[in-house]
Amino acid sequence: MTPLIEVRGLHYRYDDGTTALAGVDFQLESGESVALMGPNGSGKTTFVLHLNGLLMGEGKVVICGLQVQKKHLGMIRRKVGMVFQNSDDQLFMPTVLEDVAFGLRNIGMEPEAAAARALVALEAAGMPPAAAGRAPYHLSAGEKKRVAIAGVLAMDPEILVLDEPTTFLDPPAQRSLAGWLSQLPQAKLIVTHNIWFAAAICKRAVFFREGRIVADGPVPEIADRFGWDFAAQPAN
Amino acid sequence: MHHVVLDRWSRGSTAVHRLDPRAKIVSLLLLLIALATAKHSVPLLAFELALLLAAGFCWARVPVVGALARAALVLPFAATFAGIAWLAGDPARGLSLAVKSYVSALAVLFVVSTTPLPTLLRGLEAMGAPRFLLEVAQFLYRYLFLISEEAQLMRAAAAARNASLEAWRGNRERFRAAGGALAVLFVRSYERAAMIHRAMLARSFEGRIPTLSINRFTTRDIVFVVLSSAIPWALRFVTAAS
Repeated sequence: MTPLIEVRGLHYRYDDGTTALAGVDFQLESGESVALMGPNGSGKTTFVLHLNGLLMGEGKVVICGLQVQKKHLGMIRRKVGMVFQNSDDQLFMPTVLEDVAFGLRNIGMEPEAAAARALVALEAAGMPPAAAGRAPYHLSAGEKKRVAIAGVLAMDPEILVLDEPTTFLDPPAQRSLAGWLSQLPQAKLIVTHNIWFAAAICKRAVFFREGRIVADGPVPEIADRFGWDFAAQPAN
Repeated sequence: MHHVVLDRWSRGSTAVHRLDPRAKIVSLLLLLIALATAKHSVPLLAFELALLLAAGFCWARVPVVGALARAALVLPFAATFAGIAWLAGDPARGLSLAVKSYVSALAVLFVVSTTPLPTLLRGLEAMGAPRFLLEVAQFLYRYLFLISEEAQLMRAAAAARNASLEAWRGNRERFRAAGGALAVLFVRSYERAAMIHRAMLARSFEGRIPTLSINRFTTRDIVFVVLSSAIPWALRFVTAAS
């Protein structure tokens, strides 16, 4: 069976000469959820930006059988839904509904159909219908995160990539997000420093260090091996 | 975060807000032509048109005083040229220029404060305005918010460390620090703009920001265009005749 993500020998260097990825090999199977862990600057975010062609380094990146190349970007960006660390960067339309429908309109869906599907995605994300007409910048951090994820889910991606999804969220919101995400059928890649959150959603984790994956295994084992405290479940 | 007042006003749900943007643009153009080409009794005509627009603001539930005050932003520029005309021995022309500028700004403000910018740009696009210019306008609008947010964050961070704008005045070193802060603001805004652009690309953005609104020119829009154009022209002829 073709893996959803297959990465071989991925290298990337930023314009200032910093080597961000120094030969990454990775594979994600259908229905799998994997936590990407590692210290700041170890290459986790740079790696996920390669998965839908936002960055293009040297090496092989294949998504659902399609090599990441300019000619496949349209298809690949429908398959890989990316939720960015700061929801404010992702919410740029005047209303919540327009923002969730942004991707759908970009792929040519008619306004009525896009609005209907966006409403379904918002409901699935636990947002009340009344939120549809609100301005995104008036939402709480937890609501913004849910709207950002709804905007990605509306596109019905096969792979969900979340970069530090617990940033700005209080413990109850983190727990609520973990419960909701673990029910979604998509394969997931979650960049996180939050071990509890990673363990709540993923069985497998990979550990990045200096642009390489240096360990791959069950979340508790990886956390233990690298001395990352296994934080208790967030309190209320 | 504080956001642009005009944007908040434009998100209303009154009948004026629901009008097709093209109807408002056509009415605006006809009003501006009526005003710009008027030669007699201009101050009186301008006063009548300002009253008409004030009624429009009330109808749209936009704060009239706030709108009148914001339209006055053009006065310093208009006053310069009005002053030149006055000094050149033509005070009537100077006064005419100032009041025409003010009422024109008020009319533009009426359209902008009752139409969300993306919808307004769609209306302009439907009327044949160059798409490239409209996209630039939309990005400028989005990034205006972004710079505003970043500036507010930096100001809050500075205030938390006992810095204030008042303290910078009259002090060369602190003025220099403010210059540095502006440079940082630019870099931060640029980086955030790059992040937003990435987020847009990740959702299949290909250069055109879509909206959910559909422009439909209805009977209501036709009635609005006819009335909102006929009244200024009627006022113009009646005022000139009197």
